[in-house]
Amino acid sequence: MSTAEILTNREYKYGWVTDIESETIPRGLSEDTVRLISQKKSEPEWMLEFRLKAYRNWLNMQEPRHWPNIAFPEVNYQDIIYYSAPKQRAAKVSLDEVDPELLRTFDKLGIPLSEQKQLAGVAVDAVFDSVSVATTYKEKLKKHGVIFCSFSEAVREYAEIVRKYLGSVVPTNDNFYAALNSAVFSDGSFCFIPKGVRCPMELSTYFRINNSESGQFERTLIVAEEGSHVSYLEGCTAPKFDKNQLHAAVVELVALDDAEIKYSTVQNWYAGDEQGVGGIYNFVTKRGKCAGRNSKISWTQVETGSAITWKYPSCILQGDNSVGEFYSVALTNHAQQADTGTKMIHLGKNTRSTIISKGISAGHANNSYRGLVKIMPKAENARNYTQCDSMLIGSDAGANTFPYIEVMNNSSQVEHEASTSRISEEQLFYLMQRGISQEDAVSLIINGFCKDVFLQLPMEFAVEATRLLGLKLEGAIG
Amino acid sequence: MLEIRNLYASVDGNEILKGINLKVNKGEVHAIMGPNGSGKSTLAKVLAGHPSYEVTRGEVLFEGKNLLELSPDVRAREGVFMAFQYPIEVPGVSNAQFLRLAYNEKQKHLGQEELDPLEFKDLLKEKAKIVEMEASFMTRSVNEGFSGGEKKRNEILQMAVLDPKLSVLDETDSGLDIDALRIVAEGVNKLHDPNKAVILVTHYQRLLNYITPDFVHVLSAGRIVKEGGKELALELEEKGYDWLKNGSVAAGAK
Repeated sequence: MSTAEILTNREYKYGWVTDIESETIPRGLSEDTVRLISQKKSEPEWMLEFRLKAYRNWLNMQEPRHWPNIAFPEVNYQDIIYYSAPKQRAAKVSLDEVDPELLRTFDKLGIPLSEQKQLAGVAVDAVFDSVSVATTYKEKLKKHGVIFCSFSEAVREYAEIVRKYLGSVVPTNDNFYAALNSAVFSDGSFCFIPKGVRCPMELSTYFRINNSESGQFERTLIVAEEGSHVSYLEGCTAPKFDKNQLHAAVVELVALDDAEIKYSTVQNWYAGDEQGVGGIYNFVTKRGKCAGRNSKISWTQVETGSAITWKYPSCILQGDNSVGEFYSVALTNHAQQADTGTKMIHLGKNTRSTIISKGISAGHANNSYRGLVKIMPKAENARNYTQCDSMLIGSDAGANTFPYIEVMNNSSQVEHEASTSRISEEQLFYLMQRGISQEDAVSLIINGFCKDVFLQLPMEFAVEATRLLGLKLEGAIG
Repeated sequence: MLEIRNLYASVDGNEILKGINLKVNKGEVHAIMGPNGSGKSTLAKVLAGHPSYEVTRGEVLFEGKNLLELSPDVRAREGVFMAFQYPIEVPGVSNAQFLRLAYNEKQKHLGQEELDPLEFKDLLKEKAKIVEMEASFMTRSVNEGFSGGEKKRNEILQMAVLDPKLSVLDETDSGLDIDALRIVAEGVNKLHDPNKAVILVTHYQRLLNYITPDFVHVLSAGRIVKEGGKELALELEEKGYDWLKNGSVAAGAK
């Protein structure tokens, strides 16, 4: 067997399904569906209004099909189940009451939730299909004034804050998928870091899609008050199904004066098979608002899964001297497609943004960077630096860069650099001549290529990301 | 240690090597000389297992094993090293990271102890002295932004770390100023011992002023056309290669 054959035969290791009884609502979407979801969650009237407004907007919107560099068959939105939750006896108060099957599921995913085994230094909110099943270290965080809980709980317990900020960064009519999410979102994570607090541990949400018929529509809201600091991690996996599942999430970040939010994602949804059958449609809206002076929002993403990725984590730099960063590695193999990048909207004076994007494309995959840098008239002395590098593996993969630059203030400075390279036979031979196997040589080259981004990731995530890229590229060479 | 028997090799359908015979014993230093296009570098690359070169006939035995059956990485772990004429850049990968991975692969292959980053750092520090390289080189990306001389010194550093049985140096002297040439040559000499062998592939005699070969083989049009001791190199320096081109095939190459 050739190296390539050995490699391609390795499996996506998160592709299994948990056998658990779920409570699902009938498939399809109507105003009644929206009301039903809201009712299931015993939501207040204002929340239902928010959903209905979004739903009515959505009815008049179109899928963004013409401008992204992606292609996919028609999605029947009436064929999706919009709410699926593992059956529970009653609202759980402690982890002991969580279904052991769910605990085992997350154990198997490497995210132990039980008190004894919890990851040190990382608080986890575990989301399974439509609901959050457990959040660790809640009490410890509370002592510092940090609120970290499921979105549903936040709507019940912290309505004031949620109401104030929900939809303030991504309005319900922002785009087709954001409107859909705003209408039907079922759960997600909520974080609130009060004034002057440096969050004592990493916060993270682990998303697991289990049901083959349901979509996942989660909502994340992070609010960092004046002078606070938080680092948030997000991980995702899904079973292998030969159907496509829709994942349409919305993430909103708000940073007030002198606050800093660091948001890292390692996305490893199921990507479909080599022929492009199955896999997740990852259509996600992520946006942060640097509302206060000297605030900072930093996005780091490692996108390796999904059949299609459509995602542009963005920053609105409203406060003077605020800083936006976007570090991205997007890897596509086989038939995967990615159209991903960022938007940096400079509103305030002396605002700065940095964009580092690394796209890797192998097999027949198509990988596009799409990024907007917009300097508004009042953004005196705004600065942007953008670097987009693409790496191609094999001769059938594609890479594109679509930069949009709109400058309305003469005192600003915008730089854009782009490059495209290939893993050459000479480079591989050189490393192999030193005793390094072909697999390891490819990993080494790719990790070198992505180094500027990996340096931004928290330690454990960086290790995970490095390993993941190696796995994902198996069979790409040979 | 190494025995090449009637070796034919081609690249893109063009036959470059046309029946090479060569025997290299432990402790020996062999120089392969010849004009441009004679097949010197091809021979080096075929020994290392470059995928673009196809061996069409003949065999190569290394320590009794059929070398041609082994993939390049396994050949390396078995103790075959090639210093590249044009060392390749690997952006974002530090020299130390790269070398430790290579070192540990070999150790694993030989059933010997692998080193953690700290232990390896100590080893690297020692080895770097051989080619007078500063510690700052270890944290820099492999060959990226290195001058020609630094790249060649880096090749010899890799040789020092990997401690190969057979080292094939492909035009290691090309593009070197006199100081770098001295450092590189002294490095090779320091690393040589009676259990190892070296094949120097070179166009010019210059390198042989520093590294004394036991045997000199002259390649022309894919065959060894003349063989001799170190004095043959001097003769070539004086007369050039033209007089050999139409000459008879040397006795050694049947």
